[in-house]
Amino acid sequence: MLSLDVNGETTRLLLPVHKTLLEVLREDMLLTGTKHGCELGECGTCTVLIDGAPQLSCLVLPAQIEGRSVTTIEGMARGADLHPLQQAFAELGAAQCGYCTPGMLLAARSLLDGNSRPSRDAIREALAGNLCRCTGYKKILEAIELAAERMA
Amino acid sequence: MKDRSGDFGVIGKPLPRVDAGPKVTGRAMYADDIVLPRTLHCRILRSPHPHARILSIDSSAAGRLPGVKAVITGADLPVKFGILPVTQDERALEHEKVRYVGDPIAAVAAVDEETAAAACQLIKVEYEQLESVMSIDEALSQPKDEPIQDYGGPLNIHKLVALEFGDMDGGFARADHIREDVFFFQGNTHLPMEQHSAIATCVDGKITLWSSTQVVHYVHRALAKVLELPMNRIRVIGAAHGGGFGGKTDPFSHEIVVCKLAMMTGRPVKCTLTREEVFYAHRGRHPVLMWVRTGVTKDGRITAMHFRSALDGGAYGSYGVASTFYTGALQTVTYDIPAYRFEGCRVFTNKPPCGPKRGHGTPQPRFAIEVQLEKIANDLGLDPAELKRRNFVKPMTRTVNWLRVTSCGLEECTDRVLRASGYANRTKRPGRGLGFAISSYMSGAGTAIYWNEMPHSEVQIKVDRGGVTAYCGAMDIGQGSDSVLATIVAEELGLQPAEIRLVTADTDTTPIDLGSYSSRVTFMAGNAAIEAARKMRRMLAEAAAAKMGCDAVDVAIGGGRIGEFSFEEASALAEARFGTLTSAGSYKPPQIAGPYKGSGVGPSPAYSYTACVVDIEADARSGLVHVNKIWIAHDVGRAINPLAVEGQVEGSVYMGLGEALMEEQTFRKGLHKWPSMLEYKSPTFLDMPEVETFIVETVDPEGPYGAKEAGQGPLLPVPPALCAAVHDALGVWIDEVPITPEKVVEALRRKEKGEAPRFGPAGFPGIPYPVTIKVEPPPKDLGVQAG
Repeated sequence: MLSLDVNGETTRLLLPVHKTLLEVLREDMLLTGTKHGCELGECGTCTVLIDGAPQLSCLVLPAQIEGRSVTTIEGMARGADLHPLQQAFAELGAAQCGYCTPGMLLAARSLLDGNSRPSRDAIREALAGNLCRCTGYKKILEAIELAAERMA
Repeated sequence: MKDRSGDFGVIGKPLPRVDAGPKVTGRAMYADDIVLPRTLHCRILRSPHPHARILSIDSSAAGRLPGVKAVITGADLPVKFGILPVTQDERALEHEKVRYVGDPIAAVAAVDEETAAAACQLIKVEYEQLESVMSIDEALSQPKDEPIQDYGGPLNIHKLVALEFGDMDGGFARADHIREDVFFFQGNTHLPMEQHSAIATCVDGKITLWSSTQVVHYVHRALAKVLELPMNRIRVIGAAHGGGFGGKTDPFSHEIVVCKLAMMTGRPVKCTLTREEVFYAHRGRHPVLMWVRTGVTKDGRITAMHFRSALDGGAYGSYGVASTFYTGALQTVTYDIPAYRFEGCRVFTNKPPCGPKRGHGTPQPRFAIEVQLEKIANDLGLDPAELKRRNFVKPMTRTVNWLRVTSCGLEECTDRVLRASGYANRTKRPGRGLGFAISSYMSGAGTAIYWNEMPHSEVQIKVDRGGVTAYCGAMDIGQGSDSVLATIVAEELGLQPAEIRLVTADTDTTPIDLGSYSSRVTFMAGNAAIEAARKMRRMLAEAAAAKMGCDAVDVAIGGGRIGEFSFEEASALAEARFGTLTSAGSYKPPQIAGPYKGSGVGPSPAYSYTACVVDIEADARSGLVHVNKIWIAHDVGRAINPLAVEGQVEGSVYMGLGEALMEEQTFRKGLHKWPSMLEYKSPTFLDMPEVETFIVETVDPEGPYGAKEAGQGPLLPVPPALCAAVHDALGVWIDEVPITPEKVVEALRRKEKGEAPRFGPAGFPGIPYPVTIKVEPPPKDLGVQAG
């Protein structure tokens, strides 16, 4: 029996030990907002925040993170109020197919939590591990800048 | 972001996509997110050999594994299918012969994925290995054992084509300068972030499939054929889509297999491909070897062009016949070529099948002719941009191969990028270079995949007390087609896009649209939506006019009002007057194909145009190319949503840059060299330069509000512009894509040794092209009746 703190709720789960956090989130907790692109730690799609830091959920075992807090895309909005990053991504067309979007948003949130006005290079550096095939990254960059401006 | 709306309500406004909310909150349901009670999980056993005869398959041990509910092999699904009617050469599961590593052989449905995978390991397959064919050259040699496919030929040739338009001898005789070059464009793959996934149920003998497909209608047809069921017993629904780029445009083995397993088990069955399987599913960019001979006058006017292509098709047909024609079709829609000969050849090899990727068959020849014209300009001492400009096609003309050009913004696109980049006045210094290229692409294919006289797109609209619902088979793959539909309906009815409820990509509830390929949706579904919405608008106006005591034409519509009434009031008046409020519209492209066999590939109701300048730094020691900036101008006819158009243009630039610099799908002994996202190099956030986008609006006479395509064309000029920039920087030609550091260094080494300063293919193979079909060119002026 394992306790997982996800999006501020503690859930007790009985799990095979080899199941990854990605699989547990999607299959056992039905938090399907976390996507997967490779399941090998290569694409950044399954990024979640663990104690505020971006981690690839496909490489994390739940037993490693007991007692730490996990944030998924489902935990980003406050009720009906979108996080400023979500708002900016929607307004500026930073999500096309939307599949990399949850991971991008969480990586961006972690960046802004630690650096409220990041430079363009700092944004590029922080999100370099998250691949996107639709946007060419430009609108994502602009959306993060807009959100940072609004949050400042 | 510029508002381009002018006299419109919502057309031209940079509004958020209608599906932005679900996508930024993780609520969009992609196929793998769909969870149904009692779902079984499917894994597919695939061939470990590139070419082998199957002697026997024993799946009995797999069937006995606890948790396994069904095991199927090729004998359960023997009917062949394929996207093109002329190449029905695939089976959902092969039981006679495998033709590439990854060819599907058997499938298991089990209580979980692990059990299904373990069961696959228990299936015993006995093979007799055959000599494999891994390159174009090998495919053109006598097969040691047997050809890969039992059709096509001679040798391992799949398709041959030879067409000639205009006076070739006269054209070359008039030339002051003739140049021959050979180019190679390496294959690459779509790499969608979402792995293909499908889930099927079978309830009361009726199948429902949710899939990450670009083309629900074509999947519907393939399922009916292979499962031997009438189409009315099958429903295909496009789930939220995690990226296609052409890679999800064929019907796939796993889509058929989950339906069959659902029929057998009576339980929902899901199959999600692993990333490695996605690399082997492929259907991506064909590797193409090209030979071009072009004649020009001394002032750079093209007098004749002879173009040869050889496509490495992989093991099956896929879209390959069309891809082959496309390598020769669109050269003429950018440059006025008075005499043109095209010889194309596609071969089978023991590799995953190639098919359509963004630009389908046209980025390769675009690379070749743009780079060759650069070289010709060099030979003649002319500015390459000026030489190209002298040959631009004019609007409202017909090309020598019978393609109809209507709106054409080449001149303006070229002006915009040349001016913004300072191309003409660039400071020359070693290691820095600018390159220029142009391109064009279709706004939808003029002919359907299978011949029929029906519309290519259909839209229905329903209005009642619950609001407006629009129904269309179109599939939003991330390009924003749902937003285009909602915007058009909203424009006509005086509402906002967010007020339009959409039902799309569901074969049970939506009228047919052929799907998201060939950049067809905005043009075709857009026109169908305008027709349906205008019929609805007339009913609403008429009902309001009757109450207001005026003419329907005098009823002002907009801002949520129909004359004196709110939209809701007006719809109640209209429903009282006419009964159920429904309307429909459809779109059929004009019949503009030329009078020759093969003329169905190339015609489009409108062509988009693009111009691009790439600015780079190239390091002579390491061969590394750093892109400083890219300027791109795209003639989209009219931007229905400029934000979405920019997104498509920037995404195309990104993908073109990946192909130009790093992406390659290559094989060693039948195995993919790098079937993972880490090893298959694609541009990251750090690799992407600044991109400045210019939207050019030529207002096409037939496009919806004048709109044309935006999703594919802007990819095309990026690789040749980058190649030209490398030459500008270092004085070497890299006649091969991708332009990797080792090729640059090798070309520089040759230059130093006094050899030709070039890296690229040495020659073009001898190909037994058939007798050339000579076609009389049409009158050039569109006003003159053709034929």
